[in-house]
Amino acid sequence: MKYQVLDKKDTRSGFGAGLAELADKNPNVVALCADLIGSLKMEKFIEKAPERFFQVGIAEANMMGIAAGLTINGKIPFTGTFANFSTSRVYDQIRQSIAYSEKNVKICASHAGITLGEDGATHQVLEDIGMMKMLPGMTVINTCDYNQTKAATLAIADFKGPVYLRFGRPVVPVFIPEDMPFEIGKGILLQEGTDVTIVATGHLVWESLVAADELEKEGISCEVINIHTIKPLDEEIILKSVEKTGKIVTAEEHNYIGGLGESVAGMLSRKRPTKQQYVAVNDTFGESATPEELMHKYKIDAAAVKEAVKRILEK
Amino acid sequence: MSKSIEELKHLATQIRRDILRMVNAVNSGHPGGSLGCTEFFTALYGKVMNYKLPFTMEGKNEDLFFLSNGHISPVFYSTLARFGFFPVSELATFRKLNSRLQGHPTTHDGLPGVRVASGSLGQGLSVAIGAALGKKLDGDHNLVFSLHGDGELQEGQIWEALMFASAKKVDNLIATIDYNGRQIDGDTDDVLNLGDLHAKLEAFGWKVLEEKNGNDMETVISILERAKAETGNGKPVVIMLHTEMGFGVDYMMGTHAWHGKAPNAEQLEKALQQLQLEAASDY
Repeated sequence: MKYQVLDKKDTRSGFGAGLAELADKNPNVVALCADLIGSLKMEKFIEKAPERFFQVGIAEANMMGIAAGLTINGKIPFTGTFANFSTSRVYDQIRQSIAYSEKNVKICASHAGITLGEDGATHQVLEDIGMMKMLPGMTVINTCDYNQTKAATLAIADFKGPVYLRFGRPVVPVFIPEDMPFEIGKGILLQEGTDVTIVATGHLVWESLVAADELEKEGISCEVINIHTIKPLDEEIILKSVEKTGKIVTAEEHNYIGGLGESVAGMLSRKRPTKQQYVAVNDTFGESATPEELMHKYKIDAAAVKEAVKRILEK
Repeated sequence: MSKSIEELKHLATQIRRDILRMVNAVNSGHPGGSLGCTEFFTALYGKVMNYKLPFTMEGKNEDLFFLSNGHISPVFYSTLARFGFFPVSELATFRKLNSRLQGHPTTHDGLPGVRVASGSLGQGLSVAIGAALGKKLDGDHNLVFSLHGDGELQEGQIWEALMFASAKKVDNLIATIDYNGRQIDGDTDDVLNLGDLHAKLEAFGWKVLEEKNGNDMETVISILERAKAETGNGKPVVIMLHTEMGFGVDYMMGTHAWHGKAPNAEQLEKALQQLQLEAASDY
């Protein structure tokens, strides 16, 4: 495989590292947190720029409003809490005070998806991409490893407009080269192939690379594309690939309703109807267990990607 | 911004005429709270607030105002137009297709004077706090004003914001509560009693000022000036401003019925007769 495991780290630490760098690089960046500093890895930012950090307590709605207000004289607020409390809990605050009001707030959401693990379904949001992508003007990003999360954190500070940045809790392989540029709205062709296109986001990117590697040994050639920006979607890279393969598998840690797969299907149905298989959670809530156990049970791991590729080849 | 009291009173009557004509023209909108807050708006923009024209979103080195109870957009729009933020003639587009004067205020269409969308209640205090924190970071000593309905205080986010502002000593902020005791479904006491609001706000750590005559121009100016004098002392300041919903139009007062209902042609005529001006300059 072209990509190797460089290290093993959680994506949220990539966010923390990016934010800490922004403390030095951009004096307009401010950070807010709703009582989850450690979970969001915001300590270094606070150490470097204590006057630009606001602890709001367990009051996420207030946090979103304060963030909106801080943008008015040019500050660039980064809010930090779990994905569930960054979206469904505060959807109307985001909708009115941030999205409709066109405020330059960066909503940074950790512990997204089922790999939050043992805390269970109350905290495992699997609907957040759907909610956020439906808001006009919202950019939606789901990063796949430490390096990409750090790069995305830096990139969104330079981008004007509201952004939802989604990352996770578990320690996972680091495989994106540290110097790979992060371009909002541009997919990454990770591996070329001819039989099937796999489009993956978040933790499913590594799983897809592993699946593609194993399938290659069985004589199946997969093209693997990382779509980190779900909205706006890089249509060109997907269309170019399915032009060649004619088949697509989408892979994500999200409900199949509202996720990346749905965005891809919608785009392809308009521009180039293509056979598609989903690797996603099947419209259900999660449960308590280890991330690995849950990825296996809910069929969002390398084995599930392999199965999906084979299903689409059988049809 | 150095208008005499007489000029301000004259302007308030003109604004009331605008409010009634605007809601009548589209047979929708919220005249009750708008009429009740007319003295507040006229005093704020005519005497109290230090603002600059032309309008900039950033509002550096000037006072800022946030309307949290966005449904009283008619009084907000008329005030902004009468104080030169945009042409008075544009009031005729209120709630019509392709207008910048949406039913509830928005930044989406670039209307000068509006810095955040409001309408879904309970969000404006948090936004005002954020703007106030931004001013502190910049060493900008100007103030942030906000206005809220009393019914709006039933929203939980307000209490998150009240708690935050005192705990973090956001003392460059003056929130005013339009304390008219009425909301869509009836009297606030009946819908969901706010209890001893004065004591609650004090318990939340705010400097609380209460004014019974919220529809008297001199009084409103003086309570706002008192509030300004209370800023910078480590506490956020709140004014409980007693107003009368529908003030200035006899049949709209003493009831919640005109919270969100427009007068018809005959009712409008009757209302305008009670708000006559020697030199009215209706749009």
